Amino acid sequence: MSAAMEPILQVENLVKRFGGLTAVDHVSLAVYPGEVVGLVGDNGAGKSTLIKMVSGVYQPNEGAIYFAGRPVNISRPSDARDMGIETIYQDLALAGNLDASANIFLGRERKKSWLGGIVRTLDEKLMIDESRTLMEHLDVKIPTMQAKIDNLSGGQRQAVAIARALYWHAKLMIMDEPTNNLGVVEQGKVLDLIRRLRSQNVPVILISHTMHDVFAVTDRIVVMHRGRKVAEKRTAETSHEEIVQYMVGAKDDSRAAAD
Amino acid sequence: MDISVAPSSSQNPWLRTLLHSDATRRLLAFAALIILIIFFSLRSEAFLRYNNVVGILLATSVNGILALGVTFVIITGGIDLSIGTVMAFSAVMSAVFLTEWNVPLALGVLGGIGTGALAGLINGIIISRMRVPPFIATLGMMYVAKGLALIFSDLRPIYFYEAPQFREISMGSVVGRFIPEYDIPNAVLILFGAAIIASILLSRTVFGRYTFALGSNEEATRLSGVNVKTWKTAVYMICGAFAGLGGVVMAARLNSAQPALGQGYELDAIAAVVIGGTSLSGGEGSIMGTIIGAFVMSVLTNGLRIMSVPQEWQIVVTGAILVLAVYLDIIRRRA
Repeated sequence: MSAAMEPILQVENLVKRFGGLTAVDHVSLAVYPGEVVGLVGDNGAGKSTLIKMVSGVYQPNEGAIYFAGRPVNISRPSDARDMGIETIYQDLALAGNLDASANIFLGRERKKSWLGGIVRTLDEKLMIDESRTLMEHLDVKIPTMQAKIDNLSGGQRQAVAIARALYWHAKLMIMDEPTNNLGVVEQGKVLDLIRRLRSQNVPVILISHTMHDVFAVTDRIVVMHRGRKVAEKRTAETSHEEIVQYMVGAKDDSRAAAD
Repeated sequence: MDISVAPSSSQNPWLRTLLHSDATRRLLAFAALIILIIFFSLRSEAFLRYNNVVGILLATSVNGILALGVTFVIITGGIDLSIGTVMAFSAVMSAVFLTEWNVPLALGVLGGIGTGALAGLINGIIISRMRVPPFIATLGMMYVAKGLALIFSDLRPIYFYEAPQFREISMGSVVGRFIPEYDIPNAVLILFGAAIIASILLSRTVFGRYTFALGSNEEATRLSGVNVKTWKTAVYMICGAFAGLGGVVMAARLNSAQPALGQGYELDAIAAVVIGGTSLSGGEGSIMGTIIGAFVMSVLTNGLRIMSVPQEWQIVVTGAILVLAVYLDIIRRRA
């Protein structure tokens, strides 16, 4: 990345404590336009906690977040979404009893006005049409847009979660284990999608346990271990083995720097 | 073992989808109501007579209105045990406004509905902001409203002699004015009007969408940027407003506010909602189902009475039907 380019997202010395546990310990990170950053680490390394501070789920105890160059206070998930930060959560965060279209538009429903705006009802037709177009665009088949999420397969649910994030033309996409529930073909589609986002200059933060995926699509890899950032490597200049050594704590750049 | 068993419907996705659809579930509740009506009309020719049908409609009105409101709460996965006594308290306040403060009729009615909405608002705040479980919060409100109803009424029924038009709200007949041979009481129209409003709210507005979303996955709803606390509070407030309306209709029907009448109504309303196919675990339900459920209960009571079944046995049968209805729904879902 050229130094002249301004980061879309920059976090500085973020700290999150839960009681006596420091889940995220002074982590700094920058993400530039058109870049895919892999965020890896063992279970409990603090990856999800870190991104949840960016998506407005948690409030940091210390540190600052800058978005598009400005310091921001993200106190609710809706704040993040309003800024253009879209997150696909590991458990997908879908309402199982609602249909695909209702989930894609959940929290941002399209409405019709009646009686000069006194009564506002859902514009169901518009939302269903838009959802159908979106799913066709993603090349995912769903029996009908009115099918409840609970009646869809893992891959179809994942597609709905992705479609929901894509629809709003995100400025930053955060994906927490997006290939978890998927078959091989569908995994390939998600990776293609990440590449497509990059080509559209939309940066992606990818959290994944699957080293193959991380090496297939990322430009940079950030490794966390016990709440700290222990390494940041250009993907082209590192290897599976080296990343795993950082993940298990055998190597630690932050400590080396402090010495 | 037995290889001749019918193939499980899970092998037949089409049948499975059909069985699990909301339309099927409503159709089944409706079929149950029709079967009851056919059964009672075969057993007694008095059952389908005009006066008896009007009696059933009138008997459903208050329970139906309460059930409409609590449907929203139950779809969010919550419960409201206070609606019975909030209904009584709203009736009392309506009477206080009309007979002691001598406010105009419309204000007295709005005051009653507002009292219910206020109680619901307090329920909602205690549940969503203070995180007290709905069962406890509304159980507390059940006692509070009961006590307040007694306090404001001075332990006595309040009669509406000073507001003679008040009774017309329930017992007058707008329909009868145009078609004298069908003098259907206004209380019945209010029930159906309230049902139409509730139905639009639940299935056509953001409020209804979030009601389902809250009961389906509250955390996902929050992550989607929905202000969960505010919308949940609104759900309890709407439920309270319906209880307030129920109080007004009830008081107008009796031409008096009865402070001690109310406890137990919440359970009848919840039973109607459940018979109508709304799941207590949240995320599903319908207004149509609730209306059908309320009618199943009143048709049952009325039919058994016409068949001269003693009242104590009517209660026993109602309880058994409630459990049977939920059991049949569980079987349908497993299929």
